[in-house]
Amino acid sequence: MRAEDICKRFDGKKVLEELSISVSCGELLAIIGPSGVGKTTLLRILNGLLYPEDGDVYFKGEPLTFEDEKDLDKRRKMALLSQKPYPFKDTVWENVAYPLRLRSEEEIDDKVSDALEHVSLLEMADRRAGTLSSGELQRMAFARATVFGPDVLLLDEFTAHLDPYNISVLEDAVEWYVDSKGAAAVMVTHNLFQAKRISHSTALLFDGRIIEKDSTEKIFEYPEDERTEAFVNGEMVF
Amino acid sequence: MASDLLHVTVLSIFVSVSATLLASAMAVPLGTVMGLHKFRGREVVKTFTYTLYGFPPVVAGLLIYLLLSQRGPLGSLNLLFTPAAMILAQMVLVFPIITGLTMSSVSQVAGEVKETAMTLGADRWQTAKTVLNEARIGVISAIMVGFGRAIAEVGAVLMVGGNIRWHTRVLTTAIVLETRRGNFEYALVLGAVLLTVALIVFFVLKRYQDKGVKI
Ligand SMILES: Nc1ncnc2c1ncn2[C@@H]1O[C@H](COP(=O)(O)OP(=O)(O)OP(=O)(O)O)[C@@H](O)[C@H]1O
Ligand SMILES: [Mg+2]
Repeated sequence: MRAEDICKRFDGKKVLEELSISVSCGELLAIIGPSGVGKTTLLRILNGLLYPEDGDVYFKGEPLTFEDEKDLDKRRKMALLSQKPYPFKDTVWENVAYPLRLRSEEEIDDKVSDALEHVSLLEMADRRAGTLSSGELQRMAFARATVFGPDVLLLDEFTAHLDPYNISVLEDAVEWYVDSKGAAAVMVTHNLFQAKRISHSTALLFDGRIIEKDSTEKIFEYPEDERTEAFVNGEMVF
Repeated sequence: MASDLLHVTVLSIFVSVSATLLASAMAVPLGTVMGLHKFRGREVVKTFTYTLYGFPPVVAGLLIYLLLSQRGPLGSLNLLFTPAAMILAQMVLVFPIITGLTMSSVSQVAGEVKETAMTLGADRWQTAKTVLNEARIGVISAIMVGFGRAIAEVGAVLMVGGNIRWHTRVLTTAIVLETRRGNFEYALVLGAVLLTVALIVFFVLKRYQDKGVKI
C-alpha cells in the first residue's frame, strides 16, 4: 500500500502536505508524531473515508478513486481500528459476524469463533456488545476488523487507555495477524514503547510530512533527523 | 351492544394500523435519508416538520373533506364518509411525526455507525440499513407515537368519516356520541378498550426494539 504526495486541508488549514509513505506485505509500520499533526487524518485517507485534495493512494498498485462504491472492493480488503470502537447494538457474536454477512461469506460460524478465540472472547460471545469493558470492546473490535482477512490493517491508537493485560493481548494479536497472514499494518501510536515492541519500521509524521522512515531500531537508536532524535527522546519538536 | 363494541374496536384498529403502516412506509425511508445526509436546507425542513407535529386535526380533516367532497378534485372516487377517508386523514397527521422522529434518531447515530459500517466493508445500501437498525429504538418509538396519535384522534375522523354506525364509527367517535347521550358507563368501557388496544400494540412493537433485524 502506498500514498503519494498527499495534501489535505481542513477549512483552508493545511494538515498534510505532499506526504508520501508506503507499507508492504508483512510489514508493521508505526507512525509516531505529536498530537494534531494529522495521523488520524492520514489513516482515514488511506482507508478511503476522507479524500485528499491532492495526491494518490495506491492499493496493490491500483489507485483509490475516493468514490465510495467504486472503491468498495479495495475497501473490503482493509480494516481500520480506532481508539473508541462503536459496538453495534447486538451480541458480541453478531458484531463479529457483521463484516462476513456484508460479504455474504460462508462458514460464518467457524470464522467468528476462530476470531473470538484469538482474542480470548469466545466465552463472551452471547453478551450484548454494549456491556463490554473497554478492553473487551477493543478485543471484539479487533476480531471484527480481522475476521474477513483484510490485507491492510490500519490501527489508530488502538490500545490507548487500556490496561497492560489488554494491551499485551492486542499487541500479540496484531503481531500474529501480520505474521500469519502476511498483512501490511499501519499503526499510529503515542506510545513509543509500543512502537519499539512490535513494529518493524517507524515513521515520524511532522509538519504535514513524513520526516523520516526507517527500521524501528534505526529510528530509535540512530535517527538521522534531529527532529526525530528529539521526538524519540521525549522532547518538544519544532 | 357486544357486537357493536366489537365492530367499533376492530374498525379502530384497522384504520389506525393501516394509517400508521402506510405513513411509516414513506416516513421511515424519508426520515432515514434526511438523517443520514447533511443537505442544504436541512434545518429548514427540520423546523417545518416539527411545526407539523402540532398541525390541528380539524384543519387536516377540513382539507381532506374538501379534497374528497363531491366537487373536490378526488370527488369522483366517492371516498368521503368511508374508512379510506379516515385512514387518509390519520396518515396526514402522523406522517410528519414519524418522519421527524426518525430523522432525529437516525442523525444521532449516523456519524459513528456510518463510519464503522464503511470501514467494515458496507456498501451504501448496507450502510443505510445498518444505521436504521442501530437507530431502531428511536424509529420504533416514532412509529408508536404515530400510532398513539392516530388511534386517539377524533376531530378529523369525525369530519371525514361521519361516525356512521356499522360503517365509520370508531372508538373515539363512539365515546363522543355515548357521552353526549349520557351513556357514561358505555363511554367508559369504550375508553378502557381504547387504552388496552394502544397498550397491546405498544408491547408488540417493543419486542422489535429489543431484538432488531439481521442485515
Ligand atoms: N473534520 C475536521 N474538520 C476540521 N479540522 C479537522 C477535522 N479533522 C481533523 N482536523 C484538524 O486536523 C488536524 C489533524 O487532526 P488529526 O486528528 O489527524 O490529528 P492526530 O495526529 O491524529 O492527533 P492525535 O494524536 O491527537 O490523535 C488537527 O489540527 C485537527 O484539528
Ligand atoms: Mg488521532
